[in-house]
Amino acid sequence: MGGIPQDHYEPKTNAEKWIHERLPIGDLLGHLNNFPTPKNLNWFYVFGGILAVCLVIQIVTGIVLAMHYTPHVDYAFESVEHIMRDVNSGWWLRYVHSNGASFFFIAVYLHIFRGLYYGSYKAPREILWIIGVLIYLLMMATAFMGYVLPWGQMSFWGATVITNLFSAIPLVGDSILTWLQGGFSIDNAALNRFFSLHYLLPFAIAGLTAMHIWALHHVGNTNPTGVEVRREPEKTKKDTVPFTPFYTVKDLFAIVVFLIFFAAFVYFMPNYLGHTDNYIVANPLVTPAHIVPEWYFLPFYAILRSIPDKLFGVLAMFAAIAVLAILPWLDWSRTRSGAYRPIFRQVFWLFVLCCIGLGWVGAKSPDDPIYASTTHTEYESVEEAEAARAEILSADKGASVSIHETIDFEANDGVGKVHYELTETHFAFRVIHLGQLLTLFYFAYFLVILPLLGLVERPRQTPESIEAAFAAKHGKKRDGVASPAE
Amino acid sequence: MKLSKSLLALVAAAGLASGGQALAAGEGAGVIDHDWSFEGPFGTFDRHQLQRGWQVYSQICSSCHSLDLLSFRNLGEPGGPEFPPEQVKAMAADWLFPVVTVDEAGDPAERAPVPSDKIPGPYANEQAAMAANGGALPPDLSLITKARAGYHGIITQILEGAGGPEYVYSLMLGYPEEEPEGFDAGGLNYNRYFAGHRIAMGQQLYGDDVEYQDGTEATMEQEAADVTAFLAWAAEPKMEARKQAGVRNIIMLILFAVLLWYSNKKLWRPVKYGESA
Repeated sequence: MGGIPQDHYEPKTNAEKWIHERLPIGDLLGHLNNFPTPKNLNWFYVFGGILAVCLVIQIVTGIVLAMHYTPHVDYAFESVEHIMRDVNSGWWLRYVHSNGASFFFIAVYLHIFRGLYYGSYKAPREILWIIGVLIYLLMMATAFMGYVLPWGQMSFWGATVITNLFSAIPLVGDSILTWLQGGFSIDNAALNRFFSLHYLLPFAIAGLTAMHIWALHHVGNTNPTGVEVRREPEKTKKDTVPFTPFYTVKDLFAIVVFLIFFAAFVYFMPNYLGHTDNYIVANPLVTPAHIVPEWYFLPFYAILRSIPDKLFGVLAMFAAIAVLAILPWLDWSRTRSGAYRPIFRQVFWLFVLCCIGLGWVGAKSPDDPIYASTTHTEYESVEEAEAARAEILSADKGASVSIHETIDFEANDGVGKVHYELTETHFAFRVIHLGQLLTLFYFAYFLVILPLLGLVERPRQTPESIEAAFAAKHGKKRDGVASPAE
Repeated sequence: MKLSKSLLALVAAAGLASGGQALAAGEGAGVIDHDWSFEGPFGTFDRHQLQRGWQVYSQICSSCHSLDLLSFRNLGEPGGPEFPPEQVKAMAADWLFPVVTVDEAGDPAERAPVPSDKIPGPYANEQAAMAANGGALPPDLSLITKARAGYHGIITQILEGAGGPEYVYSLMLGYPEEEPEGFDAGGLNYNRYFAGHRIAMGQQLYGDDVEYQDGTEATMEQEAADVTAFLAWAAEPKMEARKQAGVRNIIMLILFAVLLWYSNKKLWRPVKYGESA
């Protein structure tokens, strides 16, 4: 395959020549600027540029925040509030950084789904794709540790739950857990190392991003047709446009639109994506009613909880990410773009729904019923309710019966009245059951459906070239314009 | 463009599904909806309300609840109650609780606060606070409106916010004259809006508990709304600066986006429709 032919940089002024003889940086910048990019990229191809901006925003705001933050269990929470209240524009830095994490993930998910739909993982882009999966993995690690730093209740309990997953490893699990936490629970040592790593990993992400772009510039972009850019210099010119100005301007427009949505959150609902419990300082003695991870982890959290066994749950969760890395060898179809694969297209959208569904499942309590044959009966006293419970259980051992104190606020002319509500469930389809079905589909998509589709699906004919597809798309309008015949 | 259409449909479907859930879940909690001056992208605090709210906090709440993250100087800063500097100085000097410090000999000592001091709380430490309150810890109120939720669910919270202020307001007003029939508070107090309905704190606001300096009638609802607004400011003292910056910033971004949209269109026209077009 090799690189796509493009014009080489020629130093013009004496100063340029002087630099070029010593460091050919002009070659690099010229290459990046003029990079021949398929001219038919649609709006789903803008997220790479947006992600680069996200990374810069997070690193710059993060470095300034670190100047004011104190990584100590006694001061961390207060130092964040010090940033919010006393540091000049500190509220801005902090809200941009915390919402920036969420928007980073919004962009990365759209970027990944675009890659999945248009087959961006297929040869010769396997390494490009795997570097991307590694970046995603590091992003999750970085975001997780960043969420611990404000040392609120969700910070502390989230860190406790997630690090405890490692104790599921047979034989050495507990030792690994102690080593990770730097003690026998999440405490000052854990907070310090999380801060240190939270500062380090973004630079590892930046390094991997450079490799991601390097690989991209070697193999070239995919495009909605999935047809490769032709490598004969004359034909390359017909399939592509130089990155600057065509995609610098287009990407910049997309970046600004993205920033408008981002700004709406930062300025008008900065805490919407967070959890109110994280404004309560961490307290190891008080467990929150629901421990919920950040929204971008919810699908994986759902997979973890779908499997009753802790070790297999943890394995499934990590496998859900690992399976992405081997995807290039699971999809055997020779047609790259999903747009030309009639069955794949439909299954792809089911997969997207599945991921959204898993996110919903991750946010709910596993025992919440989705559909249940339930009857509610109100009793005046606990004793009556208890007697009824015993009776129900003697008839059906499998029934689940709960008794709650409820208050009818309207009764007694608004004074209210206490009832004991007995909820009797004989059959229930619960959140955990949906989670199990969706987990099954998630893995089936990669491990069964994609390999099978490669064998049975008959893809549509792809265009002969990018140039042809582009002309076909924009040809109609050209006919309408009074233009001289070619 | 099929990809984008399907995506829109998906987002809409997901929103509807979760929204339905959210509304169903929100019914039980049922906090009192209150129209605050600080709601929405252009909402600001009402200075007079914040000043009245400080009166309620300082005369009633402060006997049990600290406000650790605030200094007296904050009460005079822009975007807050904006008390005049002299008044801030006087309020600090007259504060009920002293600043604990050391004297020249290094022995423990106490002195009256100055505006740059954090507002001293009623108790020396958590242990003392719990001992004085039958084992219950009165929470610090600096962030209380951001640390509690009155509304739940993805869509509800987009429209209404998390409802922290509504929760605090409701809690203040959640003590009826008569407990519901058959209710056993178990030595605690009944509150309609508290989770489990049993709360250590007794009713604090009855109406006419303070005499407002601006002459506003101190009804129970008025006091509850005022102190809640004050606490909402205490939790987010830079809210007004944030929203103002937001309006400016988003207008600028939209203008920039429009310019880029037309630049992009112009740039691509020859590529798409030929040089002559």
